[in-house]
Amino acid sequence: MAKKYELNEIEVWDGNMAAAHALRQAQVDIVAAYPITPSTPIVQNYSKFLADGYVDGEFIMVESEHSAMSGCVAASAAGVRAATATSSQGFALMAEVLYQASGMRLPIVLTVVNRALAAPLNVNGDHSDMYLGRDAGWINLCSYNPQEAYDLTLMAFKIGEDLNVRLPVMVHQDGFICSHTAQNVRPLQDEEAHEFVGEYKPVNTMLDVANPVTHGVQTEEDWHFEHKARQHNDLMNSFGTIKKIFNEFKERTGRTYDLVYTYKMDDADVAIFALGTTVESARIAADKMREKGVKAGVVSLRVFRPFPFKEVAEALSNVKAVAAMDRSAPGGTFGALFNEISAAMLAHGKSPIVLNYIYGLGGRDTTIDMLKGVYEDLDKCAKAGEAVVPMQQFLGLRGPKLSFY
Amino acid sequence: MVKKIKNLKEFSLSNDRFEGANLMCPGCSHNIIVREVLNATDDPVIVATATGCLEVCTAVYPKTSWDVSWIHIGFENAAVAAATVSAAYEVMKKKGKLPPATQKMVEEGREPKIVAFAGDGGTYDIGFQSLSGAFERGHNFMYVCLDNEVYANTGGQRSSSTPIGASTTTSPAGSVSYGEKMMKKSMVEIMADHGAPYVAQVSPSKWKDLVKKVQKGFEVYGPVYINAQSACTTEWKHAPEDTIEVSDLGVESCVWPLYEIINERDEHGIIYSTKLNITYRPKNKIPVEEYLAAQPRFRHLFKPENRHIIDLWQKAVDARWEYLQRREEAGV
Ligand SMILES: Cc1ncc(C[n+]2csc(CCOP(=O)(O)OP(=O)(O)O)c2C)c(N)n1
Ligand code: SF4
Repeated sequence: MAKKYELNEIEVWDGNMAAAHALRQAQVDIVAAYPITPSTPIVQNYSKFLADGYVDGEFIMVESEHSAMSGCVAASAAGVRAATATSSQGFALMAEVLYQASGMRLPIVLTVVNRALAAPLNVNGDHSDMYLGRDAGWINLCSYNPQEAYDLTLMAFKIGEDLNVRLPVMVHQDGFICSHTAQNVRPLQDEEAHEFVGEYKPVNTMLDVANPVTHGVQTEEDWHFEHKARQHNDLMNSFGTIKKIFNEFKERTGRTYDLVYTYKMDDADVAIFALGTTVESARIAADKMREKGVKAGVVSLRVFRPFPFKEVAEALSNVKAVAAMDRSAPGGTFGALFNEISAAMLAHGKSPIVLNYIYGLGGRDTTIDMLKGVYEDLDKCAKAGEAVVPMQQFLGLRGPKLSFY
Repeated sequence: MVKKIKNLKEFSLSNDRFEGANLMCPGCSHNIIVREVLNATDDPVIVATATGCLEVCTAVYPKTSWDVSWIHIGFENAAVAAATVSAAYEVMKKKGKLPPATQKMVEEGREPKIVAFAGDGGTYDIGFQSLSGAFERGHNFMYVCLDNEVYANTGGQRSSSTPIGASTTTSPAGSVSYGEKMMKKSMVEIMADHGAPYVAQVSPSKWKDLVKKVQKGFEVYGPVYINAQSACTTEWKHAPEDTIEVSDLGVESCVWPLYEIINERDEHGIIYSTKLNITYRPKNKIPVEEYLAAQPRFRHLFKPENRHIIDLWQKAVDARWEYLQRREEAGV
C-alpha cells in the first residue's frame, strides 16, 4: 500500500504539481511518459512520489510520446488505470495513438500542458496542441488555474471510467501561466480523493486469462461506420455523466463546475469567449469596461469536447457582439473557436456579430488593456449593428497590422 | 512450466489458441510460426500484434482467430504494447488485484506468457524505436519478428530486411536495375547487443529447434527476441506447397543460419557473459544459388548481366557463416 501524503488544508502548488497530486491520489497503476516542456514537472513530481513510496503503481519512462500513449492504451486494455502528461510536439507525436485510445474506448487520462507547435520552435503556451487533438474522440476538459487542474484531473478519471462513457479524457492547462505559477490550492485528503475517484473497475481486461478478449480489430466498410457512430453517440451523451460528476464534486468540495463558464452574462451586450488563463484577465477587463458603462461579460468552456453547443448558444443568446479568442494560428481559416461558436449560434437561430481574435501565440503576453481594446471593438460593432472592424485580427502583433476577412 | 512435446503428430494436435480459420494466403509461414510459438506452451498467453498481414487477416470484426487475449494498436508499437501489458500484469500481481482465474493459474505456477508478433517492416523499420526502448527497459516479454523480408500487407515494398537483389515493388528489377541494393541488417545481433537475455533465429521448417528456442525464451526473465524466417508465397512468389522446402533451402545454404545468443545478466541488465550457439549445422552446405533459384523474386539475378549479384550473395553468406562459427568457437 502506498504511504499517505500529509496535505495541508491549503497547499501552494503550480499547475504541474496539482496535476501530479491528482494522478497520485487516483492511484494510477501505470504512468508511461516522456518529458517535454512545460509538462515535464508532472512526471518528475510523480517519479518523486514513487521514489518516496507515495505511489504503488509503476512509472515507465519510455523512449517517446508515441510509446507513452501506446503504453497507456495497452495498460488500459490490460485492465489497469493508466495516465500520462504531455505538451506540444509530444502531443503531436501521440496524435496517431490518441485516435486508437478513443476508438478502443479506453478511459486513459492525459494531462496536457498547452504549448505552441513548431516551427518555429517555441516552448511557451498557446492552444495549438489542444486544437490539434480536438477531433480525436476524447473528452476535453479545460482548467484556468492550478486548483481547477487538480479538480478536473480527479474528475477526469471518474468521467472517463463511467460505464456509460468509457472514453479517454484530456485535461488542459496553459503552459507556464498555469503550469509554473504557484497558487493556493485546496486539495482533498488522500482517502477522500481516492474514495471520490473510486477503484478502477475494468471491462474486457486482457489480464483475465479465463476470458480472452480481442482489442483493436479491423473493420473496413462493413462495421467501421457503426463503431464510429456509436463512439460519437456516447461522446455526445457524456454530458450527462460529466454534469453528474461535477455535481458530486460540488457536494464534496463546494466548488462549482459547469459545462460552460459565464461571468456577468445576465445582461451583457458584448462578450469575450476565451479558453484557459485568459478567462481571468478577461474578467478584470470586463469589470473595467462596466465602469465605463459597457455591459461586458465573459464566456468560457469547461468542456471543449463534446462541444456544449446548446449551452454556448444560451450563454450568448442575448449578446449583440462576441469575440472568439483563438490562441492558435488559424492555418487558413477562422480560428477553431470562431467556427464552433458561429456554428452553435447558427444552429440555434441566433446571429450576433462574431469577431475572431488571434492572440497570445507562442506565449505572447495578453494584457488587460488589449482585452479592453477587444471590448471596445465589440462595443462599436454592437452599437453599429454590424461588423465595423475586420472579422479576423491579430492581437498584440508587432509590425504592420494584419487582418483578414 | 515447460510443456513436454514428443513428436510432430502430438504437437500438431495441441490445443489451438490460434485458428487456422483466417484470411492469410495459402502457404503463408506467418500462420505456421504463430501456431508453433503458441503451442510451445500450455501456460496462458497474451498477444500483441503490429499492423501487417497477421493482424489484418486474423481479427476482422466481428470475428477473431485468437483464443488468447490479443491487442493491436498500430504498426510501430507492438513491442511497447506487449511490454506494458507485462508491466500491468506485474503491478496487478504486486497489488494482489489480478482477476481470480489468473491469480489461480499463477498460484499453480502457470504465469501468462506475453508475446508480440510483428513483420520485418514493423520490426526493422518503423517499430524499431519502440522495440529498442522496450528491450533496454528490460520488460518481461517475447518479441517474434515474422521476417518475410518485405512489406507484404501493403503490396510488397522493400524494408531494411529485404536482401540484395530482391525485386520488390519499390526496388523493382528493371532493364538497368537488379533490384534491392543493400544486404539486410542483422537484427539478431542488434537485439542481442541490447543485452536481452535470450535472442534466437529460427525457421518454421526446423520446428523442433524453433519450439525449443521459444521454450527457452519463455523460461528466462526479461525481453526475448526471436527472428523467424517467414517465407511469403505472394512476395517470394513460390508455390504455396513449397513454403517449407524454400525455408529449408535457406537453412541448408546458411542464408538463414539457426543460432541463439545467450546473455547472462542480472536484474540490472549487467551482462556477465555472452554466448553464441549455432543450433543447426548443415551436413552439406548447399550453394546460395539453389535458395535463390527457388524464388521468382530473384529470377532476374540469373540473367548474365546480374550474375555478379549471386556471387556477392554467396560471399556475404559465407562471411556471415564464418563469423558465427568464430564467435561460437571463441565463446563470446
Ligand atoms: C504509421 C503507419 N504507416 C504505414 C502503415 C501501412 N502499413 C500497414 S501494414 C504495412 C506493412 C507491414 O509489413 P511488415 O511489417 O513487414 O509485415 P507483413 O505484412 O509483411 O507481415 C504498412 C506499410 C500503417 N498501418 N501505419
Ligand atoms: S502476403 Fe505473404 S505474409 Fe501476407 S498473408 Fe500472404 S503469404 Fe502471408
